[in-house]
Amino acid sequence: MTDVTPSRRPYDNPAFGVARRLFWVAAPFVLIATAWQIASAFFPDFLFPSLIHVFARVFDILTTWSLFSSVLATAMRILGGLAGAFVLGAVLGLAIFSFKTADRLLTPTLTFFQGIPALSWVVFAIIWFHGVEFRILFIMVATTLPAFTFQIVGALRSMDKDLSEMVMSFRPSRRKYFSAMVLPAVLPEVVTAWKVNLGNASRVVVVAELVGSSGGVGFQLLQQQQLFDMAGALAWTLQLVFFVLLFQWVLSQFERMAFRYRAVSERG
Amino acid sequence: MDAAIRNGHGMTKLDDLQFVAPDTAEVEIAFRNVTKRFGNLVAVDNLSLDIHRGQMVALLGKTGCGKSTMFNMISGLMAPSEGEVEVMGQQPFRNFNWYRGKMAIVFQTDRLLPWRTAVKNVEIGLETLGIAPAERRDRAMHWLETLGLKGHENDYPHALSGGMRQRVSISRAFATDAELLLCDEPFSALDEITSKRLRTEFARLVRENGKTAVFITHSIDEAFDIGDRIVVLKRPAEIAHDLRMSDSVSSEDREHIRRTIHASLAA
Repeated sequence: MTDVTPSRRPYDNPAFGVARRLFWVAAPFVLIATAWQIASAFFPDFLFPSLIHVFARVFDILTTWSLFSSVLATAMRILGGLAGAFVLGAVLGLAIFSFKTADRLLTPTLTFFQGIPALSWVVFAIIWFHGVEFRILFIMVATTLPAFTFQIVGALRSMDKDLSEMVMSFRPSRRKYFSAMVLPAVLPEVVTAWKVNLGNASRVVVVAELVGSSGGVGFQLLQQQQLFDMAGALAWTLQLVFFVLLFQWVLSQFERMAFRYRAVSERG
Repeated sequence: MDAAIRNGHGMTKLDDLQFVAPDTAEVEIAFRNVTKRFGNLVAVDNLSLDIHRGQMVALLGKTGCGKSTMFNMISGLMAPSEGEVEVMGQQPFRNFNWYRGKMAIVFQTDRLLPWRTAVKNVEIGLETLGIAPAERRDRAMHWLETLGLKGHENDYPHALSGGMRQRVSISRAFATDAELLLCDEPFSALDEITSKRLRTEFARLVRENGKTAVFITHSIDEAFDIGDRIVVLKRPAEIAHDLRMSDSVSSEDREHIRRTIHASLAA
């Protein structure tokens, strides 16, 4: 009699699936690291330092408070700037959405601001203000404000009219309407706006610190450039990348929790 | 007055049909010489109509006859161009917030908030009334159970079928204990069997709870199932027939009325 029980193939095992996913997450980074390490064997250390050297510097930054405080300062500047731009953007976005005059005045102004390069804002800030922290906050807000405002206006305008009418049919107070309808409706786009602006802000803050600060990742990068220290430059850059990845992960966890009501296709 | 089909131009005795007793209850909704224009288009033309407390009125008409415009004027979303619309003695467009807790709407689609569970969707009207959380939950659960949704209270809308979702929206309307229920073709998006079962259930709940209900529909069958009064509208929202139905109307007479309405709508 022939045994008809299908044999278990290795890729039917769930552990194999997890391993395969991990492999594909790690593969591009392993590829880049390998290429770098090979290059480090053929080029001088100030061009392509060994990864062992780079990771030693990364460890050094993470475990030395005077260095790690620079990373924290940059992180706080990014979050502070984003929070400021978000609050201001929300106010302006609501005004543009609610009042035609505000729309006519603010939309072209913000579009004009969007065209100004980040470096120009850095120069303006240095000329206009004295305090380093205020300069950086101003630059962060000025560069991310238009995007936040337009993303909030877009979210408000794309709110489902039928759902809004349903909530209005119960004659809610303004506060109730905002908490029951507006806030949950715009939240997904607000989170997306934070994710997009986080990347922009991390780039701008480095430029701002590079030119107008005596601390932070940008300032440290300037020091490495003056010393021609590629390992240091890479190590400080990785700190910023780690921070962005960490905050993106926090936002993703928030998304998973806050938007669990969404239907998930079984096809993924 | 009995045994008659009233049309927009006066009373016309058609047959020996039996109808319910004449209206004696207080007027809940009054249209007085109401006209509504959108530019050059006249959607409602000099309409006068009284709907009395406790009546279940089906406004029946073809698409584009102005019944949704009437609905929007009753709910306060739209003001008449001429004439007066009064609901419970007030003008709904002018005194929009006065109707908080007094009027509830069942829409054509369920319009459930996707980010709220079934029970939280039912609670939304109660939240606007400032009712305490525990009482809100009790009332919402009562209506979900009444409509056969026990065990689904914590489901999100995407996990419910079309019929279940519409049941949640009916629970939402009943939960506020509003005196007036406005329904805008609420079962038209459902299959025939679910639609029939839900409208029978809906009619029973309206009667048991002594509500006034205005039910917009383009389906003659639906109007027959729901309405103890059927107002047939012709374009632009003029009354073609105003019928008081009762259980004592024989099936032949119903068939005759059905044919009459059909002929009016087809004209």
